[in-house]
Amino acid sequence: MTAGTAQAGGLSRERRPETAPLPSSQLDVVIWRSGAGGRLERFSVPRAPSQTVLDVVTWIQRHLDATLAYRFACRVGMCGSCAMTVNGVARWTCRTHVDRVAPAGRLELRPLANLPVIRDLVCDMREFFDKWTAAKGAFVPTATRRDPPARVPPASRERRHADAAIECIGCGVCYASCDIVAWRPAYLGPAALNRAWTLENDVRDGARVARLAAVAGDAGCHACHSQASCTERCPKHLAPTASIAGLKRLASRSLFERDR
Amino acid sequence: MTKRETALARIASQHDRHAGWWAFIVHRVSGVALAVFLPVHFWALGEALRGDARLDAFLRWADAPAVRASEWAIVVLLGLHLTGGLRVLALEWLPWRGWQKSLAAAAAGVSLLVAVAFLVDLL
Amino acid sequence: MRTDRPARGSAHWRVDAWLWLLQRASAAVLAVCVAVHLATIFYAVHAGLTAQTILGRMHASIAWPAFYVLFVVAAAVHAPIGLRAVAAEWLGFGGRRADLVAAAIGIALLALGLRAVWALAR
Repeated sequence: MTAGTAQAGGLSRERRPETAPLPSSQLDVVIWRSGAGGRLERFSVPRAPSQTVLDVVTWIQRHLDATLAYRFACRVGMCGSCAMTVNGVARWTCRTHVDRVAPAGRLELRPLANLPVIRDLVCDMREFFDKWTAAKGAFVPTATRRDPPARVPPASRERRHADAAIECIGCGVCYASCDIVAWRPAYLGPAALNRAWTLENDVRDGARVARLAAVAGDAGCHACHSQASCTERCPKHLAPTASIAGLKRLASRSLFERDR
Repeated sequence: MTKRETALARIASQHDRHAGWWAFIVHRVSGVALAVFLPVHFWALGEALRGDARLDAFLRWADAPAVRASEWAIVVLLGLHLTGGLRVLALEWLPWRGWQKSLAAAAAGVSLLVAVAFLVDLL
Repeated sequence: MRTDRPARGSAHWRVDAWLWLLQRASAAVLAVCVAVHLATIFYAVHAGLTAQTILGRMHASIAWPAFYVLFVVAAAVHAPIGLRAVAAEWLGFGGRRADLVAAAIGIALLALGLRAVWALAR
């Protein structure tokens, strides 16, 4: 990815004679603007080496239209606030290179799907995070500060399950990519269920029975049909589909346990 | 828009398609088609209650090219739904990591094999 | 929070979980049955499809009718649970009424299927 980007951007320019222009020196950008039912607005943005989609949006806001609303914070793939729909696919924009997603020089940017739009490219994420709460996505401690630190062997099955799912940055790409979220509005969604799976594998957690009850059923893990759009699109390469499958197996087991 | 329009519009309009999504949609559509076919199939077989002459007449009818073509389609649907189902069972019950695309490809391959085998057999 | 989750008992997830598990269990049974069924069709079409051969096979051993009874039961469990999900997701038809319709479809499939097995095996 990096090599391709460099070639299409900086390197190829160095190899060309000074007079030859880039294949296309301008990007044709179409952006969703809210207000009066919403419409698409066209902008022309100069191409630059190693340009990200977030760079493009920032350039438009600084040079063409200061009223364009979008959200970002860290710009380095940690905070999870800059996700948008880029040419039909939900992506984190700060680490999405234009060369990779718009080889023809055309970008269509829309807000994330499955969430209410506040303005332009900004979604209301409340529902997304409310579902984390509904999935009991907070750790419930069982020890106090006077207890010795818990010992969790890194090679244990639970620890490995949690490790595989823990790096979520809460960007909402999986949630926006999921058909089940669109079809079942009460569905908790891949991110909240993935979070619940990490806590179900935390041997120190004290709410695992209640959490399983909260995330099982047709508004929870059992609604997932393993389309795996979440897993396909997760910028952190997590596999919420696998986490949700784990919850289904946990729930199945608990059906045969008297005390759960 | 009603909920139903929203769901169908989303199926038609989204550009975000990948192997897993196609595996899902094929699995679902073939499943619904089989659910429609199944009562007809059971009813036809039940007609044998009235003697094997009747069943033979049915089987002669079933020899017509159009009927044979739809039989082939149903066998293919069965193959597709079976392999799609095996994909889902594998994703849900096996400790997979990163081979979900290979699973979708395997399902498509096996379905194709079944389809071709039956086509060759029928012709 | 946007939610259409009906007010229901805290144990209701168990119903969904059971339905899910039943559909997967029946799927595993069906996977074997369908493979046998496809092989049988393949063989039968080769040999020439007549009422005599079909009935002959069904009368040859109790294993064949027993196999088809298992097949019918698994299909009658499997199909309505799938249709229930399709109805909720694509038609917006869910809740208790959808559960009842699904149950009715399951019973109808079971009755029709067992009738067919009986017709061929008796």
